[in-house]
Amino acid sequence: MIGLQHYLTIAAVLFALSVAGIFINRRNLILLLMCIELMLLAVNFNFIAFSRHLGDETGQIFVFFILTVAAAEAAIGLAILIVIFRSRRTINVRELDSMKG
Amino acid sequence: MNLTDLLPAAPEMTLLGLICVVLLADLFVEDEKRVITFWLTIAALFITGTSLVLTAQETRTVLFDGSYVSDPLSHVLKLTAVGVVAIGFMYARDYLHQNKLFKGEYYVLGLFGLLGTMVMISANSMLTMYLGLETLSLSLFALVAFDRNSATAAESAMKFFVLGAIASGALLYGISWIYGITGSLQFHEISEAIRTNPEINAVPLWFGLAFVIVGIGFKFGAVPFHMWLPDVYQGARSPVTLYIATAPKLAALALTLRILVDGFSGLHEVWQGMIMVLAVLSLVIGNVVAIAQTNIKRMLGYSAIGHVGFILLAVFCGTGQGYAAALFYTLTYVVMAAGSFGMVILLSRQGFEAELLSDFKGLNARSPWFAFMMLFFMFGLAGVPPWVGFFAKLNVISAVLDAGFPGLAVLMVLAAVVGAFYYIRVVWLMYFESAEERAILQAKVDTRFILSLNGLAVLAIGLMPGWLLSLCMRVLG
Repeated sequence: MIGLQHYLTIAAVLFALSVAGIFINRRNLILLLMCIELMLLAVNFNFIAFSRHLGDETGQIFVFFILTVAAAEAAIGLAILIVIFRSRRTINVRELDSMKG
Repeated sequence: MNLTDLLPAAPEMTLLGLICVVLLADLFVEDEKRVITFWLTIAALFITGTSLVLTAQETRTVLFDGSYVSDPLSHVLKLTAVGVVAIGFMYARDYLHQNKLFKGEYYVLGLFGLLGTMVMISANSMLTMYLGLETLSLSLFALVAFDRNSATAAESAMKFFVLGAIASGALLYGISWIYGITGSLQFHEISEAIRTNPEINAVPLWFGLAFVIVGIGFKFGAVPFHMWLPDVYQGARSPVTLYIATAPKLAALALTLRILVDGFSGLHEVWQGMIMVLAVLSLVIGNVVAIAQTNIKRMLGYSAIGHVGFILLAVFCGTGQGYAAALFYTLTYVVMAAGSFGMVILLSRQGFEAELLSDFKGLNARSPWFAFMMLFFMFGLAGVPPWVGFFAKLNVISAVLDAGFPGLAVLMVLAAVVGAFYYIRVVWLMYFESAEERAILQAKVDTRFILSLNGLAVLAIGLMPGWLLSLCMRVLG
Protein backbone atom coordinates (compact mmCIF):
# COMPACT_ATOMS: atom_id res chain seq x y z
CA MET A 1 0.00 0.00 0.00
CA ILE A 2 1.38 3.37 -0.98
CA GLY A 3 0.87 5.82 1.87
CA LEU A 4 1.60 9.41 2.81
CA GLN A 5 5.22 8.68 3.72
CA HIS A 6 5.99 7.41 0.22
CA TYR A 7 4.75 10.61 -1.32
CA LEU A 8 6.68 12.69 1.19
CA THR A 9 9.81 10.68 0.50
CA ILE A 10 9.63 11.17 -3.24
CA ALA A 11 8.97 14.88 -2.75
CA ALA A 12 11.99 15.12 -0.45
CA VAL A 13 14.16 13.25 -2.97
CA LEU A 14 13.03 15.54 -5.80
CA PHE A 15 13.67 18.59 -3.64
CA ALA A 16 17.14 17.39 -2.69
CA LEU A 17 17.93 16.58 -6.33
CA SER A 18 16.92 20.04 -7.44
CA VAL A 19 19.01 21.76 -4.75
CA ALA A 20 21.98 19.53 -5.63
CA GLY A 21 21.42 20.36 -9.30
CA ILE A 22 21.55 24.08 -8.60
CA PHE A 23 24.77 23.89 -6.64
CA ILE A 24 26.62 21.21 -8.62
CA ASN A 25 25.76 22.44 -12.10
CA ARG A 26 28.44 24.91 -13.19
CA ARG A 27 27.88 24.97 -16.93
CA ASN A 28 24.47 25.92 -18.12
CA LEU A 29 22.00 28.48 -16.89
CA ILE A 30 19.07 26.73 -18.57
CA LEU A 31 19.69 23.65 -16.43
CA LEU A 32 19.62 25.93 -13.42
CA LEU A 33 16.18 27.22 -14.39
CA MET A 34 15.00 23.64 -14.82
CA CYS A 35 16.23 22.75 -11.34
CA ILE A 36 14.29 25.70 -9.90
CA GLU A 37 11.18 24.45 -11.65
CA LEU A 38 11.76 20.95 -10.28
CA MET A 39 12.07 22.39 -6.79
CA LEU A 40 8.65 24.03 -6.99
CA LEU A 41 7.11 20.86 -8.38
CA ALA A 42 8.54 18.85 -5.49
CA VAL A 43 6.80 21.27 -3.14
CA ASN A 44 3.56 20.77 -5.07
CA PHE A 45 3.88 17.02 -4.56
CA ASN A 46 4.11 17.61 -0.82
CA PHE A 47 1.10 19.92 -0.78
CA ILE A 48 -1.11 17.52 -2.71
CA ALA A 49 -0.08 14.56 -0.56
CA PHE A 50 -0.84 16.46 2.64
CA SER A 51 -4.06 17.87 1.23
CA ARG A 52 -5.29 14.38 0.36
CA HIS A 53 -4.18 13.05 3.71
CA LEU A 54 -5.93 15.81 5.66
CA GLY A 55 -9.02 15.80 3.44
CA ASP A 56 -8.66 19.57 3.09
CA GLU A 57 -8.64 21.39 -0.26
CA THR A 58 -6.54 24.39 0.78
CA GLY A 59 -3.32 22.62 -0.14
CA GLN A 60 -4.51 21.92 -3.66
CA ILE A 61 -5.53 25.55 -4.09
CA PHE A 62 -2.05 26.55 -2.97
CA VAL A 63 -0.67 24.33 -5.73
CA PHE A 64 -2.55 26.31 -8.37
CA PHE A 65 -1.00 29.50 -7.07
CA ILE A 66 2.48 27.95 -7.06
CA LEU A 67 2.07 26.76 -10.66
CA THR A 68 1.02 30.23 -11.78
CA VAL A 69 3.86 31.95 -9.96
CA ALA A 70 6.33 29.36 -11.30
CA ALA A 71 5.29 30.26 -14.84
CA ALA A 72 5.86 33.97 -14.15
CA GLU A 73 9.17 33.16 -12.50
CA ALA A 74 10.35 31.11 -15.49
CA ALA A 75 9.40 33.98 -17.79
CA ILE A 76 11.52 36.44 -15.82
CA GLY A 77 14.38 33.96 -15.53
CA LEU A 78 14.47 33.41 -19.28
CA ALA A 79 14.25 37.16 -19.90
CA ILE A 80 17.29 37.75 -17.69
CA LEU A 81 19.04 34.87 -19.46
CA ILE A 82 18.52 36.57 -22.80
CA VAL A 83 19.89 39.84 -21.45
CA ILE A 84 22.98 37.98 -20.24
CA PHE A 85 23.42 36.22 -23.56
CA ARG A 86 23.13 39.49 -25.48
CA SER A 87 25.83 41.18 -23.46
CA ARG A 88 28.22 38.25 -22.95
CA ARG A 89 27.51 35.72 -25.69
CA THR A 90 27.59 32.89 -23.15
CA ILE A 91 25.30 31.30 -20.59
CA ASN A 92 28.01 29.45 -18.74
CA VAL A 93 27.51 29.75 -14.98
CA ARG A 94 31.26 29.69 -14.34
CA GLU A 95 31.76 32.90 -16.28
CA LEU A 96 29.36 34.92 -14.16
CA ASP A 97 32.06 36.08 -11.80
CA SER A 98 32.84 39.70 -12.58
CA MET A 99 32.08 40.83 -9.01
CA LYS A 100 34.18 39.75 -6.08
CA GLY A 101 34.97 40.75 -2.52
CA MET B 1 -20.88 40.57 2.37
CA ASN B 2 -20.94 44.32 2.22
CA LEU B 3 -18.54 46.28 0.03
CA THR B 4 -17.67 48.59 2.91
CA ASP B 5 -16.34 45.57 4.81
CA LEU B 6 -13.42 45.58 2.38
CA LEU B 7 -12.45 49.12 3.36
CA PRO B 8 -9.35 48.10 5.38
CA ALA B 9 -7.89 46.63 2.18
CA ALA B 10 -8.61 49.84 0.24
CA PRO B 11 -4.95 51.01 0.11
CA GLU B 12 -3.82 47.88 -1.80
CA MET B 13 -6.78 48.06 -4.15
CA THR B 14 -6.20 51.78 -4.75
CA LEU B 15 -2.54 51.15 -5.47
CA LEU B 16 -3.31 48.32 -7.88
CA GLY B 17 -5.79 50.48 -9.76
CA LEU B 18 -3.33 53.36 -9.92
CA ILE B 19 -0.53 51.10 -11.16
CA CYS B 20 -2.76 50.15 -14.08
CA VAL B 21 -3.35 53.85 -14.75
CA VAL B 22 0.40 54.58 -14.72
CA LEU B 23 1.11 51.56 -16.92
CA LEU B 24 -1.48 52.60 -19.50
CA ALA B 25 -0.63 56.29 -19.40
CA ASP B 26 3.04 55.49 -19.92
CA LEU B 27 2.21 53.76 -23.21
CA PHE B 28 0.89 56.99 -24.67
CA VAL B 29 3.56 59.34 -23.35
CA GLU B 30 6.35 60.35 -25.70
CA ASP B 31 9.93 59.99 -24.58
CA GLU B 32 10.55 63.70 -24.01
CA LYS B 33 7.40 63.98 -21.89
CA ARG B 34 8.27 60.96 -19.75
CA VAL B 35 8.26 63.23 -16.71
CA ILE B 36 4.45 62.85 -16.80
CA THR B 37 4.88 59.19 -15.79
CA PHE B 38 7.07 60.31 -12.95
CA TRP B 39 4.53 62.78 -11.59
CA LEU B 40 1.71 60.26 -12.05
CA THR B 41 3.73 57.78 -9.99
CA ILE B 42 4.30 60.33 -7.25
CA ALA B 43 0.57 61.15 -7.33
CA ALA B 44 -0.25 57.43 -7.09
CA LEU B 45 1.99 57.12 -4.05
CA PHE B 46 0.43 60.20 -2.50
CA ILE B 47 -3.10 58.88 -3.01
CA THR B 48 -2.12 55.47 -1.61
CA GLY B 49 -0.57 57.15 1.41
CA THR B 50 -3.69 59.25 1.92
CA SER B 51 -5.95 56.21 1.70
CA LEU B 52 -3.72 54.48 4.25
CA VAL B 53 -4.14 57.36 6.66
CA LEU B 54 -7.89 57.56 6.05
CA THR B 55 -8.56 53.84 6.54
CA ALA B 56 -6.22 53.41 9.53
CA GLN B 57 -7.98 51.95 12.54
CA GLU B 58 -6.80 51.25 16.05
CA THR B 59 -8.44 47.86 16.04
CA ARG B 60 -7.39 44.66 14.35
CA THR B 61 -9.56 43.67 11.37
CA VAL B 62 -9.30 40.33 9.60
CA LEU B 63 -10.64 40.08 6.05
CA PHE B 64 -11.00 37.59 3.20
CA ASP B 65 -11.72 34.58 5.41
CA GLY B 66 -8.70 35.21 7.56
CA SER B 67 -6.15 35.76 4.77
CA TYR B 68 -5.65 39.47 5.28
CA VAL B 69 -5.13 41.46 8.44
CA SER B 70 -5.21 45.19 9.01
CA ASP B 71 -3.74 46.31 12.33
CA PRO B 72 -1.73 49.31 13.60
CA LEU B 73 1.55 47.50 12.85
CA SER B 74 0.57 47.16 9.21
CA HIS B 75 -0.35 50.86 8.96
CA VAL B 76 3.03 51.98 10.31
CA LEU B 77 5.02 49.65 8.06
CA LYS B 78 2.96 50.45 4.95
CA LEU B 79 3.15 54.21 5.43
CA THR B 80 6.91 54.00 5.85
CA ALA B 81 7.18 51.81 2.74
CA VAL B 82 5.15 54.27 0.65
CA GLY B 83 7.25 57.13 2.01
CA VAL B 84 10.66 55.61 1.28
CA VAL B 85 9.61 54.49 -2.19
CA ALA B 86 8.46 58.03 -2.96
CA ILE B 87 11.75 59.45 -1.63
CA GLY B 88 13.70 56.93 -3.69
CA PHE B 89 11.86 57.92 -6.87
CA MET B 90 12.56 61.59 -6.19
CA TYR B 91 16.31 60.95 -5.78
CA ALA B 92 16.43 58.76 -8.86
CA ARG B 93 14.85 61.19 -11.32
CA ASP B 94 17.91 63.22 -12.39
CA TYR B 95 20.15 60.16 -12.46
CA LEU B 96 17.78 58.26 -14.72
CA HIS B 97 17.48 61.28 -17.01
CA GLN B 98 21.23 61.67 -17.38
CA ASN B 99 21.84 57.97 -17.98
CA LYS B 100 19.06 57.64 -20.56
CA LEU B 101 17.20 55.23 -18.30
CA PHE B 102 14.20 57.45 -17.70
CA LYS B 103 11.62 54.82 -18.60
CA GLY B 104 8.18 53.90 -17.36
CA GLU B 105 9.30 50.37 -16.40
CA TYR B 106 11.29 51.62 -13.45
CA TYR B 107 8.24 53.28 -11.93
CA VAL B 108 5.74 50.52 -12.75
CA LEU B 109 8.00 47.78 -11.41
CA GLY B 110 8.74 49.88 -8.35
CA LEU B 111 5.03 50.32 -7.69
CA PHE B 112 4.37 46.60 -8.15
CA GLY B 113 7.16 45.87 -5.68
CA LEU B 114 5.49 48.24 -3.25
CA LEU B 115 2.19 46.42 -3.75
CA GLY B 116 3.92 43.12 -2.93
CA THR B 117 5.46 44.70 0.17
CA MET B 118 2.05 45.94 1.32
CA VAL B 119 0.43 42.54 0.76
CA MET B 120 3.20 40.86 2.76
CA ILE B 121 2.81 43.36 5.58
CA SER B 122 -0.92 42.59 5.80
CA ALA B 123 -0.62 38.83 5.28
CA ASN B 124 -2.44 36.65 7.76
CA SER B 125 -1.94 33.35 5.99
CA MET B 126 0.98 31.58 4.33
CA LEU B 127 -0.71 31.88 0.93
CA THR B 128 -1.06 35.66 1.12
CA MET B 129 2.50 35.91 2.39
CA TYR B 130 3.79 33.82 -0.51
CA LEU B 131 1.90 35.82 -3.14
CA GLY B 132 3.09 39.13 -1.69
CA LEU B 133 6.63 37.83 -1.53
CA GLU B 134 6.59 36.75 -5.17
CA THR B 135 5.04 40.02 -6.34
CA LEU B 136 7.89 41.83 -4.60
CA SER B 137 10.66 39.44 -5.68
CA LEU B 138 9.68 39.18 -9.33
CA SER B 139 9.50 42.99 -9.58
CA LEU B 140 12.93 43.25 -7.98
CA PHE B 141 14.53 40.72 -10.37
CA ALA B 142 13.23 42.67 -13.34
CA LEU B 143 14.25 46.01 -11.78
CA VAL B 144 17.85 44.87 -11.27
CA ALA B 145 18.09 43.84 -14.94
CA PHE B 146 16.24 46.85 -16.27
CA ASP B 147 19.37 48.51 -17.65
CA ARG B 148 19.59 46.13 -20.62
CA ASN B 149 23.02 47.24 -21.76
CA SER B 150 24.85 46.62 -18.52
CA ALA B 151 26.52 43.21 -18.29
CA THR B 152 27.10 43.52 -14.54
CA ALA B 153 23.45 44.37 -13.92
CA ALA B 154 22.36 41.29 -15.86
CA GLU B 155 24.81 39.11 -13.99
CA SER B 156 23.67 40.36 -10.60
CA ALA B 157 20.04 39.99 -11.67
CA MET B 158 20.69 36.33 -12.50
CA LYS B 159 22.37 35.70 -9.16
CA PHE B 160 19.52 37.44 -7.40
CA PHE B 161 16.98 35.44 -9.39
CA VAL B 162 18.53 32.03 -8.72
CA LEU B 163 19.06 32.62 -5.01
CA GLY B 164 15.66 34.27 -4.65
CA ALA B 165 14.04 31.27 -6.31
CA ILE B 166 15.87 28.89 -3.97
CA ALA B 167 14.64 30.99 -1.05
CA SER B 168 11.04 30.79 -2.25
CA GLY B 169 11.45 27.06 -2.79
CA ALA B 170 12.80 26.50 0.71
CA LEU B 171 10.09 28.69 2.21
CA LEU B 172 7.38 26.78 0.32
CA TYR B 173 8.81 23.41 1.30
CA GLY B 174 8.71 24.51 4.92
CA ILE B 175 5.17 25.82 4.52
CA SER B 176 4.04 22.50 3.03
CA TRP B 177 5.29 20.64 6.12
CA ILE B 178 3.69 23.14 8.46
CA TYR B 179 0.44 22.83 6.54
CA GLY B 180 0.60 19.05 6.69
CA ILE B 181 1.14 18.96 10.43
CA THR B 182 -1.08 21.77 11.66
CA GLY B 183 -3.70 21.41 8.90
CA SER B 184 -3.90 25.13 8.28
CA LEU B 185 -2.22 27.98 6.42
CA GLN B 186 -3.48 30.78 8.65
CA PHE B 187 -1.14 32.08 11.30
CA HIS B 188 -3.71 32.10 14.05
CA GLU B 189 -4.94 28.62 13.35
CA ILE B 190 -1.34 27.39 13.29
CA SER B 191 -0.70 29.03 16.63
CA GLU B 192 -3.96 27.59 17.98
CA ALA B 193 -3.06 24.10 16.72
CA ILE B 194 0.30 24.26 18.48
CA ARG B 195 -1.36 25.38 21.70
CA THR B 196 -4.11 22.75 21.75
CA ASN B 197 -2.05 19.77 20.50
CA PRO B 198 1.29 19.89 22.27
CA GLU B 199 2.23 16.53 20.73
CA ILE B 200 2.65 18.08 17.25
CA ASN B 201 5.49 20.18 18.67
CA ALA B 202 8.04 17.64 17.45
CA VAL B 203 10.73 17.07 14.83
CA PRO B 204 8.55 17.24 11.66
CA LEU B 205 7.18 20.67 12.60
CA TRP B 206 10.66 21.92 13.52
CA PHE B 207 11.87 20.63 10.15
CA GLY B 208 9.27 22.74 8.38
CA LEU B 209 10.06 25.74 10.58
CA ALA B 210 13.77 25.43 9.78
CA PHE B 211 13.05 25.66 6.05
CA VAL B 212 10.85 28.71 6.63
CA ILE B 213 13.68 30.34 8.57
CA VAL B 214 16.08 29.61 5.70
CA GLY B 215 13.62 31.50 3.48
CA ILE B 216 13.51 34.41 5.92
CA GLY B 217 17.31 34.43 6.10
CA PHE B 218 17.58 34.65 2.30
CA LYS B 219 15.06 37.46 2.05
CA PHE B 220 16.73 39.46 4.80
CA GLY B 221 20.21 38.70 3.48
CA ALA B 222 21.40 37.15 6.75
CA VAL B 223 24.66 35.16 6.80
CA PRO B 224 25.03 32.34 5.57
CA PHE B 225 22.30 33.20 3.04
CA HIS B 226 23.75 36.60 2.11
CA MET B 227 25.71 35.68 -1.04
CA TRP B 228 23.40 37.58 -3.38
CA LEU B 229 23.29 40.80 -1.40
CA PRO B 230 26.69 42.46 -2.04
CA ASP B 231 26.67 41.49 -5.72
CA VAL B 232 23.17 42.83 -6.25
CA TYR B 233 23.91 46.07 -4.40
CA GLN B 234 27.02 46.56 -6.52
CA GLY B 235 25.71 45.36 -9.87
CA ALA B 236 22.34 47.10 -9.94
CA ARG B 237 22.12 50.75 -10.97
CA SER B 238 22.16 53.02 -7.92
CA PRO B 239 18.42 53.95 -7.94
CA VAL B 240 17.57 50.24 -7.99
CA THR B 241 20.01 49.57 -5.17
CA LEU B 242 18.29 52.31 -3.19
CA TYR B 243 14.97 50.57 -3.77
CA ILE B 244 16.31 47.15 -2.73
CA ALA B 245 17.91 48.61 0.38
CA THR B 246 14.64 50.09 1.67
CA ALA B 247 11.15 48.68 1.01
CA PRO B 248 12.12 44.95 0.92
CA LYS B 249 13.69 45.30 4.37
CA LEU B 250 10.31 46.36 5.74
CA ALA B 251 8.74 43.40 3.93
CA ALA B 252 11.31 41.02 5.42
CA LEU B 253 10.57 42.35 8.91
CA ALA B 254 6.86 41.79 8.30
CA LEU B 255 7.60 38.26 7.09
CA THR B 256 9.55 37.55 10.26
CA LEU B 257 7.09 39.11 12.69
CA ARG B 258 4.00 37.60 11.08
CA ILE B 259 5.33 34.06 10.82
CA LEU B 260 7.48 33.78 13.93
CA VAL B 261 5.37 35.90 16.29
CA ASP B 262 1.79 35.52 15.03
CA GLY B 263 2.19 31.89 13.96
CA PHE B 264 5.00 30.35 15.98
CA SER B 265 5.23 32.22 19.27
CA GLY B 266 4.48 28.85 20.89
CA LEU B 267 7.70 27.45 19.45
CA HIS B 268 9.85 30.33 20.63
CA GLU B 269 12.53 28.08 22.16
CA VAL B 270 12.86 26.21 18.88
CA TRP B 271 13.36 29.14 16.53
CA GLN B 272 15.33 31.22 19.01
CA GLY B 273 18.47 29.14 18.48
CA MET B 274 18.25 29.28 14.69
CA ILE B 275 17.68 33.04 14.64
CA MET B 276 20.61 33.52 17.02
CA VAL B 277 23.02 31.70 14.69
CA LEU B 278 21.88 33.81 11.71
CA ALA B 279 22.09 37.03 13.73
CA VAL B 280 25.52 36.44 15.25
CA LEU B 281 27.07 35.39 11.95
CA SER B 282 25.52 38.42 10.21
CA LEU B 283 26.82 40.81 12.85
CA VAL B 284 30.36 39.49 12.67
CA ILE B 285 30.76 38.82 8.95
CA GLY B 286 28.79 41.87 7.78
CA ASN B 287 30.78 44.31 9.84
CA VAL B 288 34.21 42.76 9.34
CA VAL B 289 34.00 42.23 5.58
CA ALA B 290 32.62 45.75 5.06
CA ILE B 291 35.99 47.14 6.19
CA ALA B 292 37.75 45.54 3.23
CA GLN B 293 35.49 47.12 0.59
CA THR B 294 36.52 49.87 -1.77
CA ASN B 295 33.16 50.12 -3.52
CA ILE B 296 30.70 52.16 -1.46
CA LYS B 297 27.61 50.29 -2.68
CA ARG B 298 29.21 46.99 -1.77
CA MET B 299 30.31 48.41 1.58
CA LEU B 300 26.76 49.56 2.32
CA GLY B 301 25.61 46.08 1.26
CA TYR B 302 27.83 44.39 3.86
CA SER B 303 26.80 47.02 6.38
CA ALA B 304 23.17 46.10 5.64
CA ILE B 305 24.04 42.51 6.56
CA GLY B 306 25.43 43.79 9.85
CA HIS B 307 22.24 45.78 10.51
CA VAL B 308 20.16 42.69 9.77
CA GLY B 309 22.11 41.01 12.57
CA PHE B 310 20.84 43.67 14.99
CA ILE B 311 17.25 43.36 13.78
CA LEU B 312 17.29 39.57 14.09
CA LEU B 313 18.82 39.73 17.56
CA ALA B 314 15.97 42.02 18.62
CA VAL B 315 13.45 39.49 17.27
CA PHE B 316 15.45 36.71 18.95
CA CYS B 317 14.56 38.04 22.44
CA GLY B 318 10.95 36.97 21.94
CA THR B 319 9.67 39.80 24.16
CA GLY B 320 7.40 42.72 23.31
CA GLN B 321 10.34 45.02 24.02
CA GLY B 322 12.47 43.08 21.54
CA TYR B 323 9.87 43.24 18.78
CA ALA B 324 9.42 46.97 19.34
CA ALA B 325 13.21 47.40 19.15
CA ALA B 326 13.28 45.44 15.87
CA LEU B 327 10.54 47.64 14.43
CA PHE B 328 12.25 50.84 15.59
CA TYR B 329 15.55 49.65 14.14
CA THR B 330 14.07 48.73 10.76
CA LEU B 331 12.06 51.94 10.42
CA THR B 332 15.04 54.14 11.19
CA TYR B 333 17.44 52.00 9.14
CA VAL B 334 15.44 52.37 5.94
CA VAL B 335 15.36 56.16 6.38
CA MET B 336 19.15 56.26 6.76
CA ALA B 337 19.72 53.78 3.92
CA ALA B 338 17.50 55.85 1.62
CA GLY B 339 19.56 58.94 2.43
CA SER B 340 22.97 57.33 1.98
CA PHE B 341 22.07 55.77 -1.36
CA GLY B 342 20.47 59.09 -2.31
CA MET B 343 23.92 60.66 -1.83
CA VAL B 344 25.54 57.94 -3.97
CA ILE B 345 23.01 58.70 -6.72
CA LEU B 346 23.58 62.44 -6.42
CA LEU B 347 27.33 62.00 -6.74
CA SER B 348 27.00 60.11 -10.02
CA ARG B 349 26.80 62.07 -13.22
CA GLN B 350 26.27 61.38 -16.85
CA GLY B 351 28.27 58.32 -17.82
CA PHE B 352 30.00 58.19 -14.46
CA GLU B 353 28.97 55.96 -11.57
CA ALA B 354 30.22 57.25 -8.24
CA GLU B 355 30.81 53.84 -6.77
CA LEU B 356 34.19 53.99 -5.15
CA LEU B 357 34.90 55.29 -1.71
CA SER B 358 37.55 57.53 -3.26
CA ASP B 359 34.81 59.38 -5.17
CA PHE B 360 33.82 60.90 -1.84
CA LYS B 361 37.27 62.45 -1.30
CA GLY B 362 37.11 66.15 -0.55
CA LEU B 363 33.37 66.37 -0.94
CA ASN B 364 33.33 69.05 1.75
CA ALA B 365 35.34 71.40 -0.45
CA ARG B 366 32.98 70.81 -3.38
CA SER B 367 29.57 70.85 -1.71
CA PRO B 368 29.73 71.48 2.03
CA TRP B 369 26.00 71.04 2.64
CA PHE B 370 25.80 67.65 0.91
CA ALA B 371 28.94 66.49 2.69
CA PHE B 372 27.30 67.56 5.94
CA MET B 373 24.20 65.52 5.11
CA MET B 374 26.34 62.47 4.24
CA LEU B 375 28.00 62.93 7.63
CA PHE B 376 24.53 62.73 9.21
CA PHE B 377 23.75 59.46 7.41
CA MET B 378 27.12 57.91 8.20
CA PHE B 379 26.99 58.89 11.88
CA GLY B 380 23.41 57.67 11.98
CA LEU B 381 24.31 54.26 10.54
CA ALA B 382 27.41 54.02 12.73
CA GLY B 383 25.37 54.70 15.86
CA VAL B 384 27.07 57.88 17.03
CA PRO B 385 24.90 59.76 19.57
CA PRO B 386 22.73 61.78 19.20
CA TRP B 387 21.92 60.48 15.69
CA VAL B 388 19.05 58.01 15.58
CA GLY B 389 21.16 54.91 14.91
CA PHE B 390 22.49 55.18 18.43
CA PHE B 391 19.04 54.82 20.00
CA ALA B 392 18.11 52.02 17.62
CA LYS B 393 21.18 50.05 18.73
CA LEU B 394 20.65 50.98 22.37
CA ASN B 395 17.07 49.65 22.29
CA VAL B 396 18.18 46.32 20.84
CA ILE B 397 21.02 45.98 23.33
CA SER B 398 18.79 46.74 26.31
CA ALA B 399 16.13 44.30 25.02
CA VAL B 400 18.77 41.56 24.73
CA LEU B 401 20.10 42.39 28.23
CA ASP B 402 16.58 42.27 29.71
CA ALA B 403 16.01 38.91 28.06
CA GLY B 404 19.13 37.70 29.91
CA PHE B 405 21.85 37.38 27.28
CA PRO B 406 24.75 39.64 28.38
CA GLY B 407 27.22 37.83 26.09
CA LEU B 408 25.26 38.78 23.01
CA ALA B 409 25.00 42.38 24.20
CA VAL B 410 28.79 42.56 24.46
CA LEU B 411 29.10 41.12 20.95
CA MET B 412 26.72 43.76 19.63
CA VAL B 413 28.73 46.57 21.20
CA LEU B 414 31.91 45.17 19.65
CA ALA B 415 30.23 44.84 16.25
CA ALA B 416 28.99 48.43 16.48
CA VAL B 417 32.51 49.65 17.27
CA VAL B 418 34.01 47.76 14.33
CA GLY B 419 31.16 49.04 12.15
CA ALA B 420 31.81 52.64 13.19
CA PHE B 421 35.28 52.41 11.61
CA TYR B 422 34.17 52.11 8.01
CA TYR B 423 31.42 54.71 8.31
CA ILE B 424 33.76 57.21 9.88
CA ARG B 425 36.29 56.45 7.14
CA VAL B 426 33.79 57.91 4.65
CA VAL B 427 33.52 61.04 6.79
CA TRP B 428 37.32 61.24 6.95
CA LEU B 429 37.56 61.02 3.15
CA MET B 430 35.00 63.79 2.73
CA TYR B 431 36.55 66.22 5.18
CA PHE B 432 40.28 65.55 5.39
CA GLU B 433 41.34 64.33 1.96
CA SER B 434 41.78 66.61 -1.00
CA ALA B 435 39.45 66.25 -3.93
CA GLU B 436 40.50 64.79 -7.27
CA GLU B 437 37.49 66.48 -8.80
CA ARG B 438 36.32 70.06 -8.55
CA ALA B 439 32.79 69.89 -9.98
CA ILE B 440 30.06 71.09 -7.64
CA LEU B 441 27.16 68.69 -7.14
CA GLN B 442 24.13 69.65 -9.17
CA ALA B 443 20.66 68.84 -7.92
CA LYS B 444 17.17 70.12 -8.52
CA VAL B 445 15.58 72.14 -5.74
CA ASP B 446 13.10 69.42 -4.77
CA THR B 447 15.79 66.71 -4.58
CA ARG B 448 17.97 69.03 -2.53
CA PHE B 449 15.06 69.79 -0.22
CA ILE B 450 14.08 66.15 0.32
CA LEU B 451 17.66 65.04 0.90
CA SER B 452 18.10 67.77 3.50
CA LEU B 453 14.82 66.79 5.13
CA ASN B 454 15.95 63.15 5.12
CA GLY B 455 19.26 64.07 6.76
CA LEU B 456 17.69 66.35 9.34
CA ALA B 457 15.13 63.64 10.17
CA VAL B 458 17.99 61.27 11.08
CA LEU B 459 19.15 63.86 13.62
CA ALA B 460 15.70 64.98 14.77
CA ILE B 461 14.41 61.47 15.51
CA GLY B 462 17.68 60.84 17.32
CA LEU B 463 17.16 63.92 19.50
CA MET B 464 13.54 62.95 20.23
CA PRO B 465 13.33 59.16 19.93
CA GLY B 466 10.59 58.84 22.56
CA TRP B 467 7.53 59.26 20.34
CA LEU B 468 8.70 56.75 17.73
CA LEU B 469 9.62 54.23 20.40
CA SER B 470 6.26 54.57 22.14
CA LEU B 471 4.57 54.24 18.75
CA CYS B 472 6.50 51.00 18.11
CA MET B 473 5.53 49.70 21.57
CA ARG B 474 1.89 50.62 21.00
CA VAL B 475 1.45 49.02 17.56
CA LEU B 476 2.96 45.77 18.78
CA GLY B 477 1.03 45.82 22.03
